[in-house]
Amino acid sequence: MADFVQIFVLSITAGSVYALIALGYTMVYGILKFINFAHSDVVVLGSWVSYTVAAFMFSRLHVDAEHPPLWIGAVVLLAAMAYCALSGYVIERFAYKPLRRAPRLNVLITAIGVSLFLQNCGQLTPYNLTSQGDLRFPFGASPQRMPDLLGENMSNDDRVMWSISFAPDANGYAPRVVVSKIDFSIVVSALVLMLALEILIHRTKIGMGMRAVSYNFDIAALMGVPVNAIISFTFVLGSSLAAAAGFLYALAFPGLNQPAHEVWVLLGLKAFVAAVVGGIGNVRGAALGGFLIAFVEMFGMRYIDSNLRDVYVFAVLILVLLVRPSGLLGSPEREKV
Amino acid sequence: MTPLPAASLDLRPSWGEIALRGGLPILVSLALPFLLHFVVGPALGPYPTKLLVDVGIAIILAVSLNIVNGFTGQFSIGHAGFMAIGAYTAASVTYYGSMLIWETAERQAGFLPAGEWLLCGGCLVGGAVAAVFGYLVGLPSLRLRGDYLAIVTLGFGEIIRVLLQQTNSQLFSSDEIREAGRRELFPPPLGGALGFSDIPKYGTLFWVFTFAVLTIWVSYRLKVSAAGRAYLSIREDEVAARSIGIDITKYKVRAFVIAAFLAGIAGGLYAHSGVILSPKDAGFQRSFDVVIMVVLGGMGSISGTTLAAIILTLLPELLRDLQQYRLIIYALVLIVMMIVRPQGLFGVHEIWEFFGHKRLGTRRGGRT
Repeated sequence: MADFVQIFVLSITAGSVYALIALGYTMVYGILKFINFAHSDVVVLGSWVSYTVAAFMFSRLHVDAEHPPLWIGAVVLLAAMAYCALSGYVIERFAYKPLRRAPRLNVLITAIGVSLFLQNCGQLTPYNLTSQGDLRFPFGASPQRMPDLLGENMSNDDRVMWSISFAPDANGYAPRVVVSKIDFSIVVSALVLMLALEILIHRTKIGMGMRAVSYNFDIAALMGVPVNAIISFTFVLGSSLAAAAGFLYALAFPGLNQPAHEVWVLLGLKAFVAAVVGGIGNVRGAALGGFLIAFVEMFGMRYIDSNLRDVYVFAVLILVLLVRPSGLLGSPEREKV
Repeated sequence: MTPLPAASLDLRPSWGEIALRGGLPILVSLALPFLLHFVVGPALGPYPTKLLVDVGIAIILAVSLNIVNGFTGQFSIGHAGFMAIGAYTAASVTYYGSMLIWETAERQAGFLPAGEWLLCGGCLVGGAVAAVFGYLVGLPSLRLRGDYLAIVTLGFGEIIRVLLQQTNSQLFSSDEIREAGRRELFPPPLGGALGFSDIPKYGTLFWVFTFAVLTIWVSYRLKVSAAGRAYLSIREDEVAARSIGIDITKYKVRAFVIAAFLAGIAGGLYAHSGVILSPKDAGFQRSFDVVIMVVLGGMGSISGTTLAAIILTLLPELLRDLQQYRLIIYALVLIVMMIVRPQGLFGVHEIWEFFGHKRLGTRRGGRT
């Protein structure tokens, strides 16, 4: 029982990260109807920018590494989001905009190109931007360790936010379910961001513009919706969510792999699977899919075979696509000639 | 006005031309493997020979992927998955076959020793197994279009990679195979995450280019046949193709199966080219390399794809100092290419079509 609850907690945490990334995929798909393969690389960018900024701040501000002030986390998050938003804008402007009217296959190939570009630029040999050598860019091909922004790798008790103890079994062993501070902050930040997005899309004028463009590109333009601005905004939004996801991921798993490492690709792929499973183009579906994928992965890992965690995710994808090709919440697409 | 039969006789090329243009390619393709194996390979030395082997394998991979991505207009980015299936199957056939027959997995000397025929069989078996998987992947893909298909194929490659990592890492010797019970053989000992090593190095220039020439031949005959026209029509417009009575499902699956078969053969050759086969070979990185070859050479152009495969395999050797920039350059080339020339260098046309050559029997002056 304790086992079950603990895995439930882990799934919620992982699901929040997947959902945040999936939102970026699904928003771009909803508006431009193509898979932004480079989205997962923006997540990586977010993680690594977080690392770079955090390391820089730790070194310059002489932060007490055991109890860093919480605002540093906020600054790092904002910096990562700003950087990724800018990258998202540039990517859209120079790689995707010239292909607005091109066949979808071409845009897809371009997206793969952008993805390869980001991956490999990210792991070029870094330059020192400052004389002390504490601000290095790009990120290099060796893994790094994210500084501890919540100040909690000191002792196990510091990590714990809540813990629930269960009745001891026959051997006198009392299982404990632990919700760590990291889990808590990840879930809360993800939920806040998702709620903000929901309000933005359904309650604001720019959100209405996004919905109009995704409903029908040409007619939205005729009705005076500034289509190009809306698309740029969508990329900025999706990329900053990706940056937030990258930041949270780096908090949860401080050992950052090099930008082209397969771990990142798998993270992006799973988030994409989440978007497809939920119904790509549907924002609520992406959130749902993110949690669903995380549950399948975590529970499969615990109760079936831990080595096959990636297989479960793709099996779910294939299954959903076979039974309901437009995803759980997606509306079926009518084929018109 | 001359009657029609006489007029058509005028258009007929001379026998010499027929012999030259029909027979020359056959002669060249028959001679090429021997030429490379006996003259070029020994003249260049071991390292360039290894490079040539890589070139041949890249040609098979790119030309076979071209059948799916180029002719049929589907988008598969899991080609390395098929390749890995073929590679592991062929490697098990030759490794365990040699163990059982000759008690050793050492390479046998000479030209075409018995072991190399085992390789030939292994490649065909590997191709067949890959083709079965191609069928399995192709079937669900019929319900999916474009980007969904891309994701399913990518996911497929990843699943294969993960499953290969789970295999037993300790290879069996000949006695152990005979003594092992059925249970111990599953999952089969294929090296696991460490990789399948000690595969006999039978992947000679002769075999690689024999299969490469065959691949190009199959692919070309396919392109100019009725089936090839059906592929191209599906690529241009699925709805229109269906409305003129083309069974889209059948052709798409067939394209997948053929491409997977050829990729399996390429994998078989790759496994025997003196590498340690690892599950990473099924990963997306390798699939992307092949996709880039097809996109660059022209989606649908066999000669263009072949040229791209040759250039992109040799380029890293020439640009060794730029190693860390290689993929950045590829990526930029892809992006710029899609914006400037979306159909690839040669588009759907073959290279010679740009030099005023026409196929036999086509009317002078006009393009068919």
